[in-house]
Amino acid sequence: MSAAVPNDQLINDHLIEERESSILIKGGQRKNQLKCDADSIAGCISQRACVYCGARVVLNPVTDAIHLVHGPIGCASYTWDIRGSLSSGSELYRNSFSTDLKENDIIFGGEKKLARAIDELVQKYKAPVVFVYATCVVGVIGDDLEAVCKKAAQKHGIQVIPVQSSGFIGNKSAGYRAACDALLRLIEPRSAARPPVNKYRIKSINYLGDFNLAGEAWIITEYLRQIGVEVNVVFTGDSKCNNLQKAPGAALNIIQCAGSMAYLAQRMEELYGIPYMRVSFLGLEDTSASLRSIAAFFKDLQMQRRAEELIRRETVAVKPQMEGYRAKLRHKKAAIYVGGGFKAISLIKQFRELGIDVVMVGTQTGREEDYQTLHHIADNGTVILDDANPSELERFMTEKGAHLLVGGVKERPLAYKLGVAFIDHNHDRKHPLSGYVGAVNFAREVHDTVCSPVWKYARGSGGGIYAGS
Amino acid sequence: MLDCTPKEIIKRSGGVINPAKTCQPIGAMYAALGIHNCLPHSHGSQGCCAYHRSHLTRHFREPVMATTSSFTEGASVFGGGGNLKTAIKNVFAIYNPDVMAVHTTCLSETIGDDIPTLIKSAEVPEGKVVIHANTPSYQGSHITGFSNMVKGMVDYLARSDTDEKKEQVNIIPGFINPGDMREIKRLVSKMGIKFIMFPDTSGVMDSPMTGKFHMFPAGGARVEDIRDTGNSRLTIALGYYASSNPAHQLERNCRVPAMTIKTPIGIKATDDLLMTLRGKFTREIPYELEEERGQLVDVMTDTHHHFYGKKVAIFGDPDILTGLTEFVLSLGMRPVHVLTGTPGGTLGGPQGIFEKEINEMLAAARLEGRVKAAGDLFELHQWIKNEPVDLLMGNTYGKYIARAEDIPFVRVGFPILDRSTHPYLPIVGYRGAMRLVEMISNALLDRQDRDAADEDLELVM
Repeated sequence: MSAAVPNDQLINDHLIEERESSILIKGGQRKNQLKCDADSIAGCISQRACVYCGARVVLNPVTDAIHLVHGPIGCASYTWDIRGSLSSGSELYRNSFSTDLKENDIIFGGEKKLARAIDELVQKYKAPVVFVYATCVVGVIGDDLEAVCKKAAQKHGIQVIPVQSSGFIGNKSAGYRAACDALLRLIEPRSAARPPVNKYRIKSINYLGDFNLAGEAWIITEYLRQIGVEVNVVFTGDSKCNNLQKAPGAALNIIQCAGSMAYLAQRMEELYGIPYMRVSFLGLEDTSASLRSIAAFFKDLQMQRRAEELIRRETVAVKPQMEGYRAKLRHKKAAIYVGGGFKAISLIKQFRELGIDVVMVGTQTGREEDYQTLHHIADNGTVILDDANPSELERFMTEKGAHLLVGGVKERPLAYKLGVAFIDHNHDRKHPLSGYVGAVNFAREVHDTVCSPVWKYARGSGGGIYAGS
Repeated sequence: MLDCTPKEIIKRSGGVINPAKTCQPIGAMYAALGIHNCLPHSHGSQGCCAYHRSHLTRHFREPVMATTSSFTEGASVFGGGGNLKTAIKNVFAIYNPDVMAVHTTCLSETIGDDIPTLIKSAEVPEGKVVIHANTPSYQGSHITGFSNMVKGMVDYLARSDTDEKKEQVNIIPGFINPGDMREIKRLVSKMGIKFIMFPDTSGVMDSPMTGKFHMFPAGGARVEDIRDTGNSRLTIALGYYASSNPAHQLERNCRVPAMTIKTPIGIKATDDLLMTLRGKFTREIPYELEEERGQLVDVMTDTHHHFYGKKVAIFGDPDILTGLTEFVLSLGMRPVHVLTGTPGGTLGGPQGIFEKEINEMLAAARLEGRVKAAGDLFELHQWIKNEPVDLLMGNTYGKYIARAEDIPFVRVGFPILDRSTHPYLPIVGYRGAMRLVEMISNALLDRQDRDAADEDLELVM
């Protein structure tokens, strides 16, 4: 169907008028201009979340922190241990702490209850840091989080850091920024004098934007160790308060998830003079390229040699498996709808490695430069869209004949209902998708879902079989 | 993960650790999905809607459609009226539902948006309806949210057209799975009684795979049927917390007598439902249902020696807990800890009638136990540390306690995030009770097998 219909006509038919500028088809008549990074339209089904959500997902992997959600119960309930960030030590972060605000607290203010909650929790758990998350209602009733946290910090002699994450002050990216601000405060307590710019640990880096889902940060840390780079601290996968505070001692910041951490990297460059570079450890191509860039940064020939060795060794090791999957998956069609732009870009490359054509790609919070890159690397005819809703996803997947969708929790049953295979590339993923081993895991997962016999029964189901269609 | 929970019980006043409830709007969203061709709408910022959709998706493994007013800072300062009006216009223009069901959030409640007035002044297309419920997250729980939205259905949709009431019964099923709703409908049908169930998420949240995406799946209570509930002879509310208020609202609005009985979990509560129907509609209970009951008693007899005297801790939603507690008592078990996160109803404050009802059941069985409304799982864990149990029953979050204390665990209630199929398979009615017997005895016997020495591993149990 898609081949016969002119691209722009595909878009204009049955779409919400205000949404037209958020969707384009590569090679269509409209120019490479996509509206993104804007507020969603009221009354549209959006797959997006809020500021608090953004802040929570970034900070939650700090394993020895008390993550206290200041608000009514829901915000804490829905984020209780939903992110599969593994820990090598403390499990404190997997609990759900909430001030559980009630009507009286809304009327008279929640500050006293918050102070009490901090006292009780600090006493019980002896944590070095408490993050206090502001939710929508706290922003509206105007509790002075700064004051309560400051007082509590003095009282208990630990850091108590407010996270300004009221849900309505923007979208998820504003929450990333709030989390980064909280992390900066953790690194540099306000009272302390700014430490001198420090580059004495010459081959030490901070790894930003990896949340150690299914242990991914551990894989990358090990690669880097093998080429002679020490990972100083990961933001924030499997991190602890006192590791994070050592961040200024690194020579370089590398960023995996740019959406959440580019801001932190910029600020750390301003404050501590640490340069940063974007990396991606998703897929063979990006993993190898990232290792090469890091080695090149240090201008260390030994390191570059070790990087090449590692790349060759690991690539050779996974080659037979990857080729096996590629043979079975070639010319299948994939659709992508993920949170951030950089992940989408990496995924296109990964699908290419498997011989799979990407027919649709979209994100919740991609930025203009991400979409330019996406447009640049996508094949002609690929649908590119920002802040999509389920009807749009359904429509383009169907029209483009996608066999597979990559997305998050809300997209999974949508794909299944269409008889389309699915991969979770979000919080619910169960095995690491980073590095060489992750590339194989990804290929295996794609293979296992696309090639499942279940689709034989699913397509044209619902009586279709009996109806003889 | 919960290994750090201390055994010593300390008094707390600063909030909740590991909640046994969640907030009102998700209950309202779930209830609204039980109307045919209805689009739930969350009046607040995007996160609430996203979280509720994700959470329901994880439990039901179904697409969950809902829209949001997408509040920004401007809406929060100047009010969300503009956003709601835009949303109403867009929802009907884009998705064309029969009903749009608006619920509030803590944010829109606190800034004081007057939803009924906003709805009245909005452009709602001919033949379409916008209903609403106030569901501030800082009151009640997801169960009260469910109840409030069902009350909204009554207020906006139910009409009394005639003096003479029709020979039909309204059933308000409460916050239960679509599979449970199907089972209750089957029981009432078998009794040969005409009924209207609302809300009814069967066919919506357990819809079949068709190879197509349906924005509005085929199921759900139809608007004309909900309208007709005002003409019914009786409303049976199943479960005090989720269903009683809307039933009494219907009584006030349309003079339909309301009665509340337990969610039919277990043999006695199912008996109560069928006996009530028999009494009110003078029908005989068909042999088929007698047979099912007999089979259940047979299964209970065959297994009773596994259960007698076993200590069990149960947590979850209050209407589910009353049925479950009664049922485990009928199996000879000892429910020593019973805890809900939902505040306990109106009688005598927040602990109210929940604790009274469970305590009365325990007293009738000459047992004592810890019972609490508005509790959290940290507290339940402390109780279990102080008085260990043989079995834990509750939603997915119980797995942390079960692991920390090495207790067999039966998943029941909402949410169950780490298992599938449960929305399809009922725990209500005699068949549901049989399934519960299977789940409970398997959990206990699997444990026995696991712990048995080689020479004690028995073939027949």
